[in-house]
Amino acid sequence: MTGRGESAEQEWVDDHAGPVVRPYAVTGGRARPVTGTFDLISLVTATRTDVGSESGLGPEHVAIVGLCQRILSVAEIAAHLDLPVGTVRVLLGDLAARSLVQVREPRATTAGLPDEHVFEAVINGLRAL
Amino acid sequence: MDYGRSERPAGAGPLPTAIKILIAGGFGVGKTTMVGAVSETKPLRTEEVLTETGIGIDDLSGVEEKSTTTVAMDFGRITISDDLVLYLFGTPGQDRFWFVWDELALGALGAVVLADTRRLADCFPSIDYFEGRGTPFVVAVNCFEGAKKFRLDEVQAALDLDPGVPVVLCDARKRESAKEVLITLLEHAMKLREARRRAAGD
Ligand SMILES: Nc1nc2c(ncn2[C@@H]2O[C@H](COP(=O)(O)OP(=O)(O)OP(=O)(O)O)[C@@H](O)[C@H]2O)c(=O)[nH]1
Ligand SMILES: [Mg+2]
Repeated sequence: MTGRGESAEQEWVDDHAGPVVRPYAVTGGRARPVTGTFDLISLVTATRTDVGSESGLGPEHVAIVGLCQRILSVAEIAAHLDLPVGTVRVLLGDLAARSLVQVREPRATTAGLPDEHVFEAVINGLRAL
Repeated sequence: MDYGRSERPAGAGPLPTAIKILIAGGFGVGKTTMVGAVSETKPLRTEEVLTETGIGIDDLSGVEEKSTTTVAMDFGRITISDDLVLYLFGTPGQDRFWFVWDELALGALGAVVLADTRRLADCFPSIDYFEGRGTPFVVAVNCFEGAKKFRLDEVQAALDLDPGVPVVLCDARKRESAKEVLITLLEHAMKLREARRRAAGD
């Protein structure tokens, strides 16, 4: 299957992501992240390659750091870990509070649509696909 | 998995920004197919769990018997450049999941509304939604076998669209076709943006 499990490391991650009853346990029952809002398309990258020695992190936290050795969106992290987005937000909040991940919120478009150059870049990017 | 040019060591330089486009339309109209046709990877699936405390339960007429509801979204990724990543999200089919739509539509560059001429009315809720929010959208008529061929102006009239809204034919299974639809959307959104800017300046 593509999209997940293409490396041993990610198979390990999948083994630790459980069925639907798990999310609550994973976050210790917390519904909200301690910090951050985490849009579905906020991009996340780990600031460290290894957090095995950090105390107080669960296997899902470690799994996120493992995944985020490359830049992934919140939605992608949730999909790869097979956890609901809300759960992943809580976990990311824990990691952000310890500066273990760096987060880039999406381009602010509340004031309308983004710059012309963004449109042009996307159009050219699509043409080049 | 191909993460394109965005693959680089953790902590090296600024992160790219992400933008999104929505693929909407009725049940089984080809949303996931279109996401998959243009994305770098097979469509991924993610879930939002709606709980009583998270969202006003008032919005959920008809699902009172459940305190939590799971809504699945399909999405795909296109790495445009080192500093731009595009995500395509297929919107959940049922219109009762407006809370997910609101989250998805927030900051979206635009939307593709897929239409099947055999069940044209299925795309009305999507069109109403994007019109109401002012989200730029195009209508893409997905060409299923056995569907009666309509002229695009007939579809335009049947959907009661503003004259400026592009209506195009597509085959959601084909990458080139899906690409063309997205490019049409972006060109339309760019025009709208320019028009709104001018209107605001006057
Ligand atoms: N002939 C034809 N078949 C298509 C086209 N697009 C999608 N299909 C088929 O239609 C079926 C439904 O497509 P999906 O992509 O799953 O539709 P969807 O909108 O994601 O469906 P839901 O998520 O269940 O609402 C699949 O069997 C596709 O292969 C098209 O352009 N032409
Ligand atoms: Mg689908």
